[in-house]
Amino acid sequence: MAKDLEDGADHTSLIEEVLAAYPKKAQKRRAKHLSTAGPVEDGETEIVSKCDTVKSNVKSVPGVMTIRGCAYAGSKGVVWGPVKDMVHISHGPVGCGHYSWSQRRNYYTGTTGVDSFVTFQFTTDFQEKDIVFGGDKKLEKTIDEINELFPLSKAISVQSECPIGLIGDDIEAVAKKKKKDIGKTIVPVRCEGFRGVSQSLGHHIANDCIRDWVLDGEGSEYEATDYDVNIIGDYNIGGDAWSSRILLEEIGLNVVGSWSGDATLAEMENAPKAKLNLIHCYRSMNYICRHMEENHGVPWMEYNFFGPSQIAASLRAIAAKFDKTIQDKAEEVIAKYQPLVDEVLAKYKPRLEGKKVMLYVGGLRPRHVVTAYHDLGMEIAGTGYEFAHGDDYKRTGEYVKEGTLIYDDVTGYELEKFIEKIRPDLVGSGIKEKYPTQKMGIPFRQMHSWDYSGPYHGYDGFAIFARDMDLAINNPVWGLFDAPWKKSA
Amino acid sequence: MPQSADKVLDHTKLFHEPEYKQMLENKRAKYENATPAPQVTEILDWTKSWDYREKNLAREALVVNPAKACQPLGAVFAAAGYEGTMSFVHGSQGCVAYYRSHLSRHFKEPASAVSSSMTEDAAVFGGLVNMVDGLANTYALYEPKMIAVSTTCMAEVIGDDLNSFILQAKDKESVPADFDVPFAHTPAFVGSHVDGYDNMQKGILGHFWKDAKRKENQSINIIPGFDGYAVGNIRELNRMLDAMGVSYTVLSDVSDVYDTPSDGQFRMYDGGTRLDAAKKAVNAKATVSMQEYCTRKTLELCEKVGQQTAAFHYPMGVGGTDDFLVKISELSGKAIPDSLTLERGRLVDAMADSQAYLHGKTYAIYGDPDFVYAMARFVMETGGEPTHCLATNGSKEWKEQMEALLASSPFGKGCQVWAGKDLWHLRSILATEPTDLLIGNSYGKYLERDLGIPLIRLTFPIFDRHHHHRFPTWGYQGGLNVLVKILDTVLDKLDTDTGTLGETDISFDLTR
Repeated sequence: MAKDLEDGADHTSLIEEVLAAYPKKAQKRRAKHLSTAGPVEDGETEIVSKCDTVKSNVKSVPGVMTIRGCAYAGSKGVVWGPVKDMVHISHGPVGCGHYSWSQRRNYYTGTTGVDSFVTFQFTTDFQEKDIVFGGDKKLEKTIDEINELFPLSKAISVQSECPIGLIGDDIEAVAKKKKKDIGKTIVPVRCEGFRGVSQSLGHHIANDCIRDWVLDGEGSEYEATDYDVNIIGDYNIGGDAWSSRILLEEIGLNVVGSWSGDATLAEMENAPKAKLNLIHCYRSMNYICRHMEENHGVPWMEYNFFGPSQIAASLRAIAAKFDKTIQDKAEEVIAKYQPLVDEVLAKYKPRLEGKKVMLYVGGLRPRHVVTAYHDLGMEIAGTGYEFAHGDDYKRTGEYVKEGTLIYDDVTGYELEKFIEKIRPDLVGSGIKEKYPTQKMGIPFRQMHSWDYSGPYHGYDGFAIFARDMDLAINNPVWGLFDAPWKKSA
Repeated sequence: MPQSADKVLDHTKLFHEPEYKQMLENKRAKYENATPAPQVTEILDWTKSWDYREKNLAREALVVNPAKACQPLGAVFAAAGYEGTMSFVHGSQGCVAYYRSHLSRHFKEPASAVSSSMTEDAAVFGGLVNMVDGLANTYALYEPKMIAVSTTCMAEVIGDDLNSFILQAKDKESVPADFDVPFAHTPAFVGSHVDGYDNMQKGILGHFWKDAKRKENQSINIIPGFDGYAVGNIRELNRMLDAMGVSYTVLSDVSDVYDTPSDGQFRMYDGGTRLDAAKKAVNAKATVSMQEYCTRKTLELCEKVGQQTAAFHYPMGVGGTDDFLVKISELSGKAIPDSLTLERGRLVDAMADSQAYLHGKTYAIYGDPDFVYAMARFVMETGGEPTHCLATNGSKEWKEQMEALLASSPFGKGCQVWAGKDLWHLRSILATEPTDLLIGNSYGKYLERDLGIPLIRLTFPIFDRHHHHRFPTWGYQGGLNVLVKILDTVLDKLDTDTGTLGETDISFDLTR
């Protein structure tokens, strides 16, 4: 059987070439993370065969320039940070909160500094004496000061930085005590950066803290219906959760909770009352969905709002969980947006067709955006995750073609070599990868932050996605790299 | 449906379309348990009151929007200025991802550094294995000429000993025995990025100068300090010193590595202070620091080996540049050439041409201690009043230096200095005692939005405007750039204030 991608065989030798640069011990470890998507054997599904051979969610090799972050980044940066009416304290030294300050573009509405605090950097700014004598007293005082100066904050989370777990502070005791004192929810999160191997454990710890410290809260009054759903695992980057919400509302559903993009404490507390949890970023929030299923009887399903094929399929799958009214409306909505999809494809597909893309993102998008590129006639030459687990690689099999290069926790060295050899037409990754790639003359889009654009979710987002991929690839600057007097040399 | 392929609306416009506005209002009304609007307005007004200011300034534990980063960022920046040098940060790996992102977002350039990726087991047993394996991997993959080791707070809390670890790694042949692996302990819970810069410079120079037999020559070492405008500034520095004919070595020159060309090749390393030049720099007769607070320990080292030292506060503007050039002239014995005198005259000429728009303007200035000092000094030269000067990482001593500076000019009368305060303090200060202009970095945009005071971005980090760092702020030429940025803001504001047709446009003048 012919491979789906013609250069699949080259990818195998490319992996060998790249591994040759490593010292023996590191080479052995890294070899398990690099692969190509395999064939689908008779009697097997794409899920079990294609990408299930990649080792994942293990420690990064020291000194290789991993692109990964830490548990704090997964908890404060990803899960908790977007909850807008809470104050999130970066508990420890000043740096972690500083570098993650206002960087994820989790959009929200509200009056910043008064009832919303997403683009703030609150920290206990640890000094040497706090390390020596412990920071619990300082944390107590910090909470009091927040309560005084930001009276409309609904709750407080304590996002632990590395030293907290090492010096033996008891932030849980502080949280319980201060909750009594000020009457607000206080969530102690043990997301020290040295825990686990990547952002991923931070997501899990953050989910567990929602379970233990938030879900039993009072919630708020609202008119419950049989069509109530939660959006889970959408951080509203560039407004993604909004361009998703509008579609769900159009098919007749009520989104009672948005987790955690543009979320409020009440929305999180109310979540178990919904009929269905819709999860976009499976990697970062599947834990809480499983918990709500087991303990609150709320079923959950994954969906994908990148690109018209997946949007339509997802709307139908979601509608299938409800009655005919919703199913009919889903068809109406799909039909309503079809002219927009047709126009977008007519405009951009001829400019993008056949272009080769390499991706390297976090825990969801390396598979989730694949079909959006396919919708535009583009091809995925390689993809990989910073912090996926085995179940993510299984799910990746559904999306990628045989022969696709797969790289887990890729190192700076590997990614550079892969890009140099494959020379794709576009790379989608993060800020650290952006400039090295562009220097090589290869167009690039940041696929964490949407390169300050977005939203990319939903039909409205797809038009922006198509526009952005076009402007990246077809900008004239890529033709200016060679000085005319150097060209002949 | 607001979206169309013809005119694609992204977030800047899309969410202001009626469909989205209604959806968001509905969300707020039904599900958010939002505070009622009148109460929000009441608290908003209160946050701008004197009462709030007093409570806010009385904070003892909470820090809100501080204008400072942590030590290792400065260490990574300092190390990047040496030829072929890779920063190896020992500790948790997420920190390194943060430093790289932070530097890339400002410079719009690659920023390379590696981590020893310590996790729970290393927290218990120490990170020796991570150091041994990590150095070997970095050396093999990235072929550096030097690896500069610094630390995250995790490694500092558990007490890993870099000197001993590096020696053991060399014993295990992670890198050749004679390979340069300078190091600096850079705890994030002490000082800020300017101290990390200092510690790494001291680590690198201390490593090279350890057993050197010093033979003094006429050369002068220049240490630029942590500077978001380093690309433009170091090149301007070179130009001025070359014009004077001075023999000098810039210690940590990041001007090339943070400004590499787009020509098809990714340069992980580019330019930088040559390692042999850094070694020979021990022989220099003097070391001049452009930023005192970035080099306090490093200058002690320089003095210890027998060099003269001098420290400036980010020399900017007329007097700042004058002092710097006079000192260089005095140390080198070289005269200040007419070409620089001409440049000085042109800067003064420009200031004279525009003085009417600058005289009496009031400013709030924040940033690193040396920058704030320089900025306040230049503002006073234009007839402006630096009403509020704030450095989150400023010390008591800095405050005294600032007060002495302000006392030296009638334009500094009544100006206040805020050491150790953050940008939420500054919000209260400016809400109660507003200034005409605000000078700082990108984080200042929130103050600009909240208080309507125009922001001039002149210091690190600048994430939301591009490429300004490629132009100098030092020297007389740099002074012109700074002057024009201030003037543009003043004149743009004047146009905005007089720019509504039929209402405010009486003074919408063509010539200003």
